[in-house]
Amino acid sequence: MPVTDLVNGVLSGKRRELARLISLIENDDGDASEALSQLYKHTGKAHIIGVTGPPGSGKSSLVTKLTAEFRKRKNTIGIVCVDPSSPFTGGAFLGDRIRMQEHYLDNEVYVRSMGTRGHLGGLARATSGAVRAIDAFGKDIIFVETVGAGQSEVEVIDIAHTVIVTDVPGSGDDIQAIKAGIMEIADIFVVNKMDISGADKKVTEINTMLDLDPREKAWRPPVMLTNSRSGEGVSELADKILEHLQFLNESGQMEQKGLKRSRDELYELMRYKLTQDLYQKLEGKPEYEAAIKKIAARKEDPYSLAERLIAEFLFSESR
Amino acid sequence: MSSSKKIRVLVAKPGLDGHDRGAKIVARALRDAGMEVIYTGLRQTPEMVVSAALDEGVHCIGLSILSGAHNALFPKIMELLKEEGIDDVLVVGGGIIPEDDISELKKAGISAIFGPGTPLDEIVEYIKANVKL
Repeated sequence: MPVTDLVNGVLSGKRRELARLISLIENDDGDASEALSQLYKHTGKAHIIGVTGPPGSGKSSLVTKLTAEFRKRKNTIGIVCVDPSSPFTGGAFLGDRIRMQEHYLDNEVYVRSMGTRGHLGGLARATSGAVRAIDAFGKDIIFVETVGAGQSEVEVIDIAHTVIVTDVPGSGDDIQAIKAGIMEIADIFVVNKMDISGADKKVTEINTMLDLDPREKAWRPPVMLTNSRSGEGVSELADKILEHLQFLNESGQMEQKGLKRSRDELYELMRYKLTQDLYQKLEGKPEYEAAIKKIAARKEDPYSLAERLIAEFLFSESR
Repeated sequence: MSSSKKIRVLVAKPGLDGHDRGAKIVARALRDAGMEVIYTGLRQTPEMVVSAALDEGVHCIGLSILSGAHNALFPKIMELLKEEGIDDVLVVGGGIIPEDDISELKKAGISAIFGPGTPLDEIVEYIKANVKL
């Protein structure tokens, strides 16, 4: 399909073209970057909400309930949910969608599942592009659900305006709350499964951790209680999400986030393109293979060879 | 793991039976064969199956049914796919489906039916050989 048709399809709200574009993005197809580049000026309108937290803490169910709440408020919704790909076979079982059945027939909700395909950080490499495509497609709110996150899968802060970190009662003691990483990235904490005993204790632990934060912050992450099965607390959470959006806009942080995002993205795209170029130029070249053998045999060291090969292959005009 | 093309499969359970062991085992086998498998969960209407297939951009749909309603639901799914203009997706089925029904289902556009006892490799190989990437 020509790129123009793809772009027009996405802009005129055709789900199939959107699905096709996201597949192209996932496959790193050249048409995808062309299409995204044409769509770029139509993006930047959606409120992007990241949802992260440990496996089984109810992320998918919470996104489902939040979707229902925002649909009541007449918002349109996109959802990208990421699950891990096997490091051995590359296969993936993408099961987040199962929780989202109540929205299958709602035309205003677009759900896309994604395998990480070897990418670390809690998202897939294609997640950012997919979110952008859904933004251009015209959804008001886009949820990005990360893989079940351990402690350091924090990449979601790079693409989300509002980050929700979910936890459940009884998941470790207050020592876990002091650790760096995921506990630092929340704009809103959610203690889900509030009907299980220990929910209040969990809230106290997180609040104590927040009390100890030495940085002056204009926004202190609230700690909310929800039950993503019954829906209890979800409407209050939706209000809090909107409050955070308002804070971002009024404090000027939205603008700062946009600048930081653009800086990081430009750098990342250049870095990616350079490494791809380098790889293509080196792959299968006798000099490259010989260098590897020399390093293994301790005849040369990898540090100086890396510099030499870069100079020779990436920056020389003759190659 | 490179971002090369991956086969994406929707494993769906249309109809009202709650027996999903078979669907889950097949989903697991496809995963282990390097495919990306999206599982819809139980009790899907044909509309739900087609809408999920559309959103997820899958290359193959695997339908599992044990309720006996395959003669109604499978052709309905094929019809809805056609209405959406989806003609490049491989559709296969499995579950408890009598021999006598198979030829009609194939006429409706189901490419293959895998009954109980089918070796998992056979399903994997069939999908790999027949899917349009």
